[in-house]
Amino acid sequence: MSAFTGTGRLARLALRRDRIRLGIWVLGTPLLGYALAASVAGVYPDEAARHGYATTSASSLVARAFNGPIAGTDLGAVVVAETYATLAVLVALLSTFALVRHTRQNEETGRAELLGASVVGRYALLTAALLVVVGANVLAAALLAVALTGAGLPLAGSVAAAAAIGGVGVAFTGVAAVTAQLTVTSRGANALASAAVGLSFLLRAAGDVFGEVDAGGTRVDSAWPSWLTPLGWGNQVRAYTGEQWWTLALPVALLVATVALAYALAQRRDLGAGLLAARRGPARAATWLLSPAGLVWRLQRGTLLGWAVGVGILGISMGVAADEFNAMIAENPAAAEAIAAMGGGADLVDAYLAAMLGLYALAIGAYVVQALLRVRADEADGVLEAVLATGVSRSRWLGTQVGAAVLGATALLLFGGITTGLGYGLVDGDPVGKALTLGGAAALRLPALLVVAGVVTALFGLLPRWSVVLSWAALMAFLLLGQLGAVLELPQATLDLSPYTHVPSAPAVDPTALPLLILAAVAAALLATGVAAFRHRDVPR
Amino acid sequence: MAVIAIDELVKTFGAVRALDGLDLRVEAGEVHGFLGPNGAGKSTTIRILLGLLRGDSGEARVLDADPWRDAVRLHRRLAYVPGDVSLWPNLTGGEAIDLLGELRGGLDRRRRDELLDSFDLDPTRTCRTYSKGNRQKVAIVAAFASDVELYVLDEPTSGLDPLMESVFQDQVRRIRNEGGTVLLSSHVLAEVEALCDRVSIIREGRTVESGSLTELRHLTRTAVTVETASPLTGVAELPGVHAVREAGGRTQLEVEPAHLDGLLNHLVRFGVRSLTSAPPTLEELFLRHYGAGETTEDGHRDTEPRAALR
Repeated sequence: MSAFTGTGRLARLALRRDRIRLGIWVLGTPLLGYALAASVAGVYPDEAARHGYATTSASSLVARAFNGPIAGTDLGAVVVAETYATLAVLVALLSTFALVRHTRQNEETGRAELLGASVVGRYALLTAALLVVVGANVLAAALLAVALTGAGLPLAGSVAAAAAIGGVGVAFTGVAAVTAQLTVTSRGANALASAAVGLSFLLRAAGDVFGEVDAGGTRVDSAWPSWLTPLGWGNQVRAYTGEQWWTLALPVALLVATVALAYALAQRRDLGAGLLAARRGPARAATWLLSPAGLVWRLQRGTLLGWAVGVGILGISMGVAADEFNAMIAENPAAAEAIAAMGGGADLVDAYLAAMLGLYALAIGAYVVQALLRVRADEADGVLEAVLATGVSRSRWLGTQVGAAVLGATALLLFGGITTGLGYGLVDGDPVGKALTLGGAAALRLPALLVVAGVVTALFGLLPRWSVVLSWAALMAFLLLGQLGAVLELPQATLDLSPYTHVPSAPAVDPTALPLLILAAVAAALLATGVAAFRHRDVPR
Repeated sequence: MAVIAIDELVKTFGAVRALDGLDLRVEAGEVHGFLGPNGAGKSTTIRILLGLLRGDSGEARVLDADPWRDAVRLHRRLAYVPGDVSLWPNLTGGEAIDLLGELRGGLDRRRRDELLDSFDLDPTRTCRTYSKGNRQKVAIVAAFASDVELYVLDEPTSGLDPLMESVFQDQVRRIRNEGGTVLLSSHVLAEVEALCDRVSIIREGRTVESGSLTELRHLTRTAVTVETASPLTGVAELPGVHAVREAGGRTQLEVEPAHLDGLLNHLVRFGVRSLTSAPPTLEELFLRHYGAGETTEDGHRDTEPRAALR
């Protein structure tokens, strides 16, 4: 028996477990790429529009930081600038989570022990996970190349762009293979690998911000920090504009190196153990912990802090960008039109700010779903049973969870608004005033989040087994209705299904009370339904 | 007053009938063994007693209250150790004990520390790093450090080593001495024998046997091996005698307790050279109810004495 015995079988097991997730990834990325490419082609149909876009992108530091270096006025270059950053980060995170799921998570849950006791080699679990995730990246990239070509872009460039994105996924698969050896928990391994993605993004952004614009004003040559990270390498492939094929070797080299390191680490450690030791903690509980509310705070504070950091960085950067935005829209009427449609209202900066606050509210909706779905995880793994066998009533327990999620969401919304205002105010003058205005405007989105909390609670009460899938599906539907509803010209009745449709686009539009009251009433009804259903059903179910 | 009184309880999950007219009675101050094969419905019964599940029909009363309607009030008067203890991975064992105890309505600090000591549990480690046995210790310490009237223990010792098992038994005896009531679901028969005043055996959602261990022993046959001077005849025709086998001049058989007298009278006529008789071990008793053993080798279904007891 070699160290790799059983790899094939474990790979098939991983494919069987993840057939739906992988299917969505492998088919969804190309579809998303096709849709984005087609929409970019529609927004920038001619050379003049693309020239405007390219000069703005090259001169704007914010555009360089978020979209990467623009490489000329070809349609392909604009498509890459508009889509690469999003797709690459998405693929990097998908690869990370998938690899950790099939390595460290198996160890954490004890499944790896069960498998390891059968005819399975020492490296089989890691190798099977690598095969599946790298395979998914290769397949997704191949389909993406077909999709981009299908959207009317040149073949060679499409292959290069797809390979660049696939390369990012492959590189972070290797990074995750290492982090999965370091920590004891899958949560920790995911956090480390995600931090690597974040650092990679920051380095690339720095390299592109400090890059040089060529004489024509439509091309940016990145500075050296971009060359340090997989996210930067993808840009250096220069898809559609004189491809530098050799840069595709960089992510492959990183994969080989990280996998070698991961195997070396795996050989040195015990099953289930990590290299970063678990810490000890207090022998007695602090007094504040001894209640359902204290417990929720203890369990959620890390997540909330992580979100706060993310929202804060986003807020400051979007706020700073608001000022630069004035210059950008002056040169680009098409983008101005798009922003005005998103935010509504006459003042374009206000419309932009309103659009940003709307985006925060959508993202914080994900926080609400994530935080509140812990109730289902607690029920599924048996913790809930132990708690409900004590003197805590069902309504008190569920009420505490909902309250905590809503409080957390409120804090994040306010923080997002305030940091955006600070960022804008620092450039524009009057940071305090802007922070107060935008904090208040952000708070007006709260009723939509209450409805999201209500939907999750109602699903948990009525359909606990489906609550996880349906809650995320509902949020995704709200997102799509908001983002694509106008483009697809859906009827207003359909758009009205999303609570986000009804919150006022402050500060672009003056708020009215009635929609907010109706949203609050809908949320209250959903919450009451959820709590009542939970009180009258079996636990666990 | 019965602390737990269940009558004709039925609980279905879709097409599966988990409980099918179950009866259970636990009197105040007793340690009651709750036995049955895997999937017999023990945990389902316990969850109904805790108000986590609601029975479809029949009645369940705990401490003279409805466990579904009065769940919270009842939970302050009882402590529960689940069969499969899962805890918060990032809390320490000490924190989890304090939390569970406090949510129940407070725990005895001094006893908590004594229990941690006697169960040899390190409260500073996070629950994530605990083995199954250590997670069980957390739940056991949290339960035993509470002053309550009823302790509901669902296979509490399945992960404990023999040393800890004896600490556990000491604690159950302490509870009984202090007048507490214990419902103990267990597969460890030595533990049941050592601790329980009465036991109920359930199978496929129904109570098949209930009584003290002595009573239960009387319901089962004694195994007899006899060697006689002259060849033994006519023994198989005797009332209450089963499973007669001859091997090398010795006869092995099983006899119902009520017919032991008749068998002995029959045997002496053949000149008894040696005679061993063994009361049924607890294992045999349970094997008969747990597995296919409910029907004996000669196809006789042993229902009469059971009916008599009920």
